[in-house]
Amino acid sequence: MKKILMAFVSAGVLVGAVSAHATPEQDREHAIQYFKNKFPNLKWGDYTKGALAFNKDAWDQYESIMSFPPFESQIEQSKKMWETPFKNGKTYASCFPNGGKNVAGNYPYFDDKLGKLVTFEMALNQCREKNGEQPYSYSDMKTMGLLTAYARSLSDGMLMNVEVVGPGATAAYEAGKEMFFSRRGQLNFSCGTCHYDNAGNRVRSELLSPLIGQATHWPAFRAGENVSTLQNRYKGCNQNVRAQPFKEGSDEYNNLEYFESYMSNGLPMEAAVFRK
Amino acid sequence: MRRKQTSLMLAASLASLLSIGSVHFAAAADGAKKDMTGEELAFDKSKGNCLACHAMPNVPGAEAPGNIAPPLVDMKARFPDKAKLRERIWDEMKFNPNTSMPPFGLHKILTEQEIDKVTDFIYGI
Ligand code: HEC
Ligand code: HEC
Repeated sequence: MKKILMAFVSAGVLVGAVSAHATPEQDREHAIQYFKNKFPNLKWGDYTKGALAFNKDAWDQYESIMSFPPFESQIEQSKKMWETPFKNGKTYASCFPNGGKNVAGNYPYFDDKLGKLVTFEMALNQCREKNGEQPYSYSDMKTMGLLTAYARSLSDGMLMNVEVVGPGATAAYEAGKEMFFSRRGQLNFSCGTCHYDNAGNRVRSELLSPLIGQATHWPAFRAGENVSTLQNRYKGCNQNVRAQPFKEGSDEYNNLEYFESYMSNGLPMEAAVFRK
Repeated sequence: MRRKQTSLMLAASLASLLSIGSVHFAAAADGAKKDMTGEELAFDKSKGNCLACHAMPNVPGAEAPGNIAPPLVDMKARFPDKAKLRERIWDEMKFNPNTSMPPFGLHKILTEQEIDKVTDFIYGI
């Protein structure tokens, strides 16, 4: 906890009297204020564009790529996965309110009965199992990764709306926050080193996206073709800085996704997008 | 997914986006290198990778630096005592616990000998 507090202090966020036991909503407001001061010209919706928001040329290129995405056929495939009935005749849509439209922004949520977080990917697996199918591996981008492309796009435009209510939820949120701000690995970076303290700066020629907005637009098609979930991206960042990665679907990454999603609350969702 | 009605698939722009190098601090795969100079150690992505964060405006070939950290210039003037400069490279956290700079000595990212070489190089720029 002390480390986290320090991270926020160092970033100039914790002004004055806010205690170490800030509520998630206080954390979110601090983060918003911090980035607002840092990037006075960014509009709220720009945060979903991540690092693209700091480079007009890259954003323009992104827009033209997105107008005719190279991963179009994979989206078609994903749609087919979503619509193809299970052996029992039911579909994914039957497992969600509203046929799965405008629901993804409510995930992750803490399921008090299960005593754990449920990510949207877990809800897809719960649906499979309920209907007599084997769950997909969270690390398998060809199945779980691809399925999320269409499934999440059904929530495009929904405002991220993650809740932290109750002791279990709070503990998971705090663990995710701790993970985000803890230095790890030989190079001693935290996620916050790059995506909080140095957001908007460049590591070599690579611009760094801010924490806020990092959870809104998954999966991404890396290099235009390789589908990657948010947690799969975490793995990449861990590996790039020589920290031991966790597995997609691990408690550690679920907590981290919970924290990052809460920090993206109020931003419009958009799946699936191009990323480098 | 949002689609806009623009007709062009700009393969060229895709290519140019992709060509921007990605950030790797990953360990070197190409095995133990020959004796590297201080400059090589400072540049190498699997070693010092100082350019990830620092520009070196006086060093030709120090291309595409990051801007996380202050440029490394006039080091002799700013650190007359070379040992003090070495200490910063060995563990910058001693001077600023919130720094972004990896503790190259403390975490054995570079060997003592490699730090000596990097210090000599940085001292001269
Ligand atoms: C040394 C720097 C560094 C560290 C440490 C780091 N990242 Fe990243 N991260 C990057 C770079 C560079 C990119 C690509 C540019 C961008 O989108 O920010 C990136 C991209 C991302 C993205 C994708 C953003 C998007 O919109 O496509 C997410 C999410 C992310 N990082 C989360 C994390 C998390 C969580 C951690 C810690 C577990 C972490 N990163 C640690 C450098 C870092
Ligand atoms: C991930 C970022 C990062 C990397 C990589 C990095 N530095 Fe730094 N360095 C910083 C930052 C930020 C500072 C500014 C002072 C601080 O944060 O305490 C700094 C400060 C310094 C200073 C002292 C301050 C000054 O006035 O110049 C020296 C010397 C230095 N770095 C040398 C190096 C050398 C040599 C390497 C490579 C072997 C290196 N750095 C790699 C981030 C980095």
